Amino acid sequence: MSEMSKIVRTISNIAFPFSMIYGLYVIAHGHLTPGGGFQGGAIVASACAMILVAFGSKWTITKIKEKRLSVFESLGAIGFIVLALLGLIFGVAFFSNFLAGSKYLFGTIPPMGSGLANIDTGGVLPLMNFAVGLKVIAGLFVIVLVMAYATTSFKEAKK
Amino acid sequence: MIYNIPYIAVAALILLGLYALIFKRNLIKMVIGITLIESGVNLFLITLGYRKDSIAPIYTSSPGGTMAFPVPQALTLTSIVIGVAVLALMLSLVVHIYRHYATLDVSKIRRLKE
Amino acid sequence: MNIPDYTIAMVVAIPLLGAFLTPLVSKINDKIRNIFVILVLALNAGLVFLLASEILTKGIKTYIFGAKDLTFPIVRILFEVDAMSIFMAIISSILVLIAVIYSWAFMKENTGLDKYYTLILLLTAGMLGMVLTGDMFNFFVFLEISSIASCALIAFWTDVGESVEAGFKYIVISSMGALFVLFAVALLYGQYNALNIALLSNLIQYTFLDKIALVLLIIALAMKAGIVPMHMWLPDSYGSAPSSVTVILVSATLASLYGVLRVIFTLYGNALSTLIRFDISVNVLIGWFIVALAVISIIIGVTMALIQSDFNRLIAYGAVAEIGYMFLGIGAGIVALGTAYGKIALNGGIFHIMNDALDVALLFLVAGSIYYATRETSLDKLCGLARNMKYTTVFFIIGLLAIAGMPPLNGFASKILIYESTFQINPILAIVAILCSILLLAVFVKVFFSAFMGPKISKYSDVKEVPKSMLISMGIIASIIVFIGLFPDIIISNIVEPASNALIGYSEYVSQVVGGL
Repeated sequence: MSEMSKIVRTISNIAFPFSMIYGLYVIAHGHLTPGGGFQGGAIVASACAMILVAFGSKWTITKIKEKRLSVFESLGAIGFIVLALLGLIFGVAFFSNFLAGSKYLFGTIPPMGSGLANIDTGGVLPLMNFAVGLKVIAGLFVIVLVMAYATTSFKEAKK
Repeated sequence: MIYNIPYIAVAALILLGLYALIFKRNLIKMVIGITLIESGVNLFLITLGYRKDSIAPIYTSSPGGTMAFPVPQALTLTSIVIGVAVLALMLSLVVHIYRHYATLDVSKIRRLKE
Repeated sequence: MNIPDYTIAMVVAIPLLGAFLTPLVSKINDKIRNIFVILVLALNAGLVFLLASEILTKGIKTYIFGAKDLTFPIVRILFEVDAMSIFMAIISSILVLIAVIYSWAFMKENTGLDKYYTLILLLTAGMLGMVLTGDMFNFFVFLEISSIASCALIAFWTDVGESVEAGFKYIVISSMGALFVLFAVALLYGQYNALNIALLSNLIQYTFLDKIALVLLIIALAMKAGIVPMHMWLPDSYGSAPSSVTVILVSATLASLYGVLRVIFTLYGNALSTLIRFDISVNVLIGWFIVALAVISIIIGVTMALIQSDFNRLIAYGAVAEIGYMFLGIGAGIVALGTAYGKIALNGGIFHIMNDALDVALLFLVAGSIYYATRETSLDKLCGLARNMKYTTVFFIIGLLAIAGMPPLNGFASKILIYESTFQINPILAIVAILCSILLLAVFVKVFFSAFMGPKISKYSDVKEVPKSMLISMGIIASIIVFIGLFPDIIISNIVEPASNALIGYSEYVSQVVGGL
């Protein structure tokens, strides 16, 4: 598809970093407020789809190769399963939360009941949120990119 | 009576989705029908977790009181993710079918008969 | 030797890790990727057999995700493995390993093979998770994983229009069935606040909403298993997919059949003996319903197979008839629950699951070999192939005799259990079953004479025998078929009897979870 007018391109250039920051905020605070891996990843992927629609698929295909994005998708998925297996090696069972209550990265245990948010809590959950968020961003963006590319080449073939 | 309105909405969504799936001929309308049924089932899952005068089950800076059940919300999230994957697969298959058959009418896509 | 508890989780986790590593491994080399996939699947099959030897001697094992013990209220996901689950896991792991060895040579000149192997490993993880889990919502998630992966594999040859059409039909019907399963699980959760199968089985009281949930679950899971009148997707998908994919699809269909068994015998086990009007108990009603559907599927499967001219679709209709035989044995076992011949019927139905999976897989692999050698699937154009493809002909004869129920192959051993037990319930059922078995023999003898015997045609004079990896995989299945046919007692007393005992005696399954609290 071809690109849109200069006004649309300028505004989407301005709006893109704000959407990405908001999406990454939703991913990172998944254990405190509503959100998490899939929801934040969908927000970032829709911001990337906005860039795709504003600049046209021909320009985007030259800048972003689909093969390199699939490497990110595989890395996110491998990170998720490796975290679950680490729960087996360092903890009690598969998928167990081995970082909660320890003195490492996300180890504080919050008091019961309502209170203020402490990002240091959660154990292995924020790390799993990052892995799933990376996979969802790469996965949804690849789907949108391939569909745009498929309809482009179909229209050229039909002519 | 006012607590039954979500269940009536669930029944209406599922019946409309079944109507679109069975009686419409365009492939894209059938895909939309499946998405409607899935939205109806997700709404049913969330409505099961409501308790009387309850607030959202978040502990961060919450006022006190009973909280709704959080387990159906996690089940609904999983179901929405599965629905996104199925929708992406169905739409890419529709693109391929259009490339081969040059039509989106279900009664003409019948090379596999009997 | 005491194997550790986490082997149950490793059986599902290792194919999942392999599936995510395959796109990275395939950037190095093609041969390394093939060897990597075969190693992952062989390791998985070894773990399944190790687990089987432990469960068949010592009893049910459970594994809790994320904690060491269960505390009340039960919110954790459990995997609970009894003899019926490990029976289905054995069949799945053997069939997937054989399909991957076959597709080394069969799919060699296709592109995009890294996605093919990733989808096969995801489908394996989904099937094994479906049969090993003890939680209803987890069952739904694995059901959807396996149906998405198998739809993408059915439509793998995207340059052929029929494959894409068959894939679209499959995903529409499959997602409808899965949404009905989710609706039934939500109905049960709303009443009892529990998702665990053992806990739900303890709490069920057979109210009106429970009856709706039972009907939705049986119909949706039987639709995914391929019973008439919901069988429309089966000939299209089995007939248009690549042959190595069809072998794995057979095993995914049988995993949905396992879902029907788990729902009727374990989830509603307490409710099966309640009496409704006219003093008929619930199990008689459900049993006769399943027997009626099974007889219709046997008759329709065989008669539709008579008129086909496409090789793959003919075997697919034969598979519909064989699923009818499985449901006939199981339904007769439900009707006569508690009597001796009911136990024999259930044994026959469960044994026929294993036999039919192997027979139909061998026939599909032979059809794939013929397509690989001649690029032709229509029976009107094939003629005189036995001169050049000797080994393939021998394998086809073994598959033909096995699926028709001839001694001394394995089809006879399970079909005679079904015949002698359904005769005591109603003689007409046994007569229909024997007649349709003879008709199935006639159909496949017609195929044999038209495709393999006959005069020599110049178009097929330089057809060669298929490569070695395809012959090795067909040989493994044929030798397993002959072994089961010659020594059925070993298989029945060691693998099938514990499975049917575990289904009928559901209270042990329940007390593993609920008894300790």
